[in-house]
Amino acid sequence: MTPIIETHNLTVSYNRRPVLWDVDFSLPEGRLIGIIGPNGSGKTTLLKSIMGLVQPDSGYVKLFGQSLDEVRTRISYVPQRESVDWDFPVSVREVVEMGRYRRANLLRRLSSADRDIAADALHKVGLQDFAKRQISQLSGGQQQRVFIARALAQQADLYLMDEPFAGVDAASEQAILQLLTEMKAASKTVLIVHHDLQTVRQFFDWIVLLNTHLVASGPVESAFTEDHLRQAYGGQLTILSKVADLVKERHFPVREKPYKDRP
Amino acid sequence: MNAFWIILTGTLVAICGGLLGAFLLLRKMSMVGDAISHAVLPGIVIAYLLSGSREVLPMLVGAAAFGVFATVVIEALYRKARLQSDAAIGITFTGLFALGIVLISLFAGQVDLDLDCVLFGEIAYVPIDVWITPGGINMGPRAVWVTGGLLVLVLAMIGIGYKGLLLTTFNPEHAASIGISVAFWHYLLMSAVSVTTVVSFESVGAILVVAFLIVPPATAYLLTNKLKPMLALTVLFGLGAAVGGYYLASWIDGSIAGAMSVVAGVFFTAALVAKHKR
Repeated sequence: MTPIIETHNLTVSYNRRPVLWDVDFSLPEGRLIGIIGPNGSGKTTLLKSIMGLVQPDSGYVKLFGQSLDEVRTRISYVPQRESVDWDFPVSVREVVEMGRYRRANLLRRLSSADRDIAADALHKVGLQDFAKRQISQLSGGQQQRVFIARALAQQADLYLMDEPFAGVDAASEQAILQLLTEMKAASKTVLIVHHDLQTVRQFFDWIVLLNTHLVASGPVESAFTEDHLRQAYGGQLTILSKVADLVKERHFPVREKPYKDRP
Repeated sequence: MNAFWIILTGTLVAICGGLLGAFLLLRKMSMVGDAISHAVLPGIVIAYLLSGSREVLPMLVGAAAFGVFATVVIEALYRKARLQSDAAIGITFTGLFALGIVLISLFAGQVDLDLDCVLFGEIAYVPIDVWITPGGINMGPRAVWVTGGLLVLVLAMIGIGYKGLLLTTFNPEHAASIGISVAFWHYLLMSAVSVTTVVSFESVGAILVVAFLIVPPATAYLLTNKLKPMLALTVLFGLGAAVGGYYLASWIDGSIAGAMSVVAGVFFTAALVAKHKR
């Protein structure tokens, strides 16, 4: 089976400082994949280089075994919530309908089929009653769900999400998790930049552990180990002690079944 | 009749400037219009030196070219040199304006190409400068035709390109991710702003153009949180400023452009107060 994402010797730098160095991995289809690593470890940059938003110094990315431009409509990118001005004068519905914009229809009006797809996506994230609201009148979690609804409206096969759980209330977190489960059941692949180590086992079944270099890529059971975490978070004492605490509290039961497989 | 032509010209400029200015405001680039209005000076001088005359058309072309060039420089300083956007704007327009002054003092010192003449058209003279066809028919003021043509272009661009402008203004990263060129829409908007600024300040003066680019959109932004009503309100406030400004000016017997800007400012203040009361 062709891997859904392959990166080959990917190196990216900002102002000559490498952010990703020689990153090489391939990811299987139909998984919920977490990109984990300390701050500044290149997680967001990895997502942006997969999406072609930053140019690598060397190396390349293949998606569905092809180049990005051939498969762009099968991919949906959800940037960080902070990437937009939430005071912008648009309604929730208008943002979700942007998920139906394509290069081909940019100069035409949206079809009623497109509008229906957007309305359906809004329903899936549970915000149908908020369609007419201006986007600043939503909570952080609801704003994140609007972004996810826009992504759902794109009807992609591969979703790249940057920190969708950051600053999100419990209800929205549950709603997003529920959606992720449904997406996985529909054999979609979701790649998520995530920073909260505590929830990694609960959310994902595959992880990519980064610290500029690739530390590990594999199923959570084999890749999310104390050893790998120490490699990734090495110098950061506070997190290191947190990792030790977590291990002490047996939050990382190496042999026990992961949360999501429990009955 | 003079009153009608002046108000009509003011209104046309107000609508063109306001509609484009609304998108500049949402891109947090309102000062670009001001920058362009100064940065075009070397373009005007170079066009004058090359054509050897004070014909309007070469000067407009030169000015518009430098307006677009200024936006390219601003963008490069912001993206490549990682300067804050306000600093990038400031450096670009002062630099280009200074270049224009140096060029004038070097090559055009003896000619009547002074800054007032180049930078500040006068809206009161609009009715005098009429377009007379070779057959001798009086078509009315030239400025009305020029700004009217401009309005058609601006309306066409926003009408056809509404989704592109909205998408690349609201979330450029998302636009880029679906394969839409953010740079294309940026420079399309900037070219339109540049041409609008140049064409209109030739007929109505720089201060008024900059005021129309910024103040009516900012007023509308205070009062609504939807884009289409914001554009509609911008047009309304622009119209109100043109009409109200003309009568204010004739009442106090003062500068028309200044009075129109002042009325626009009064609308803004009223909107601010109304918003706070609410």
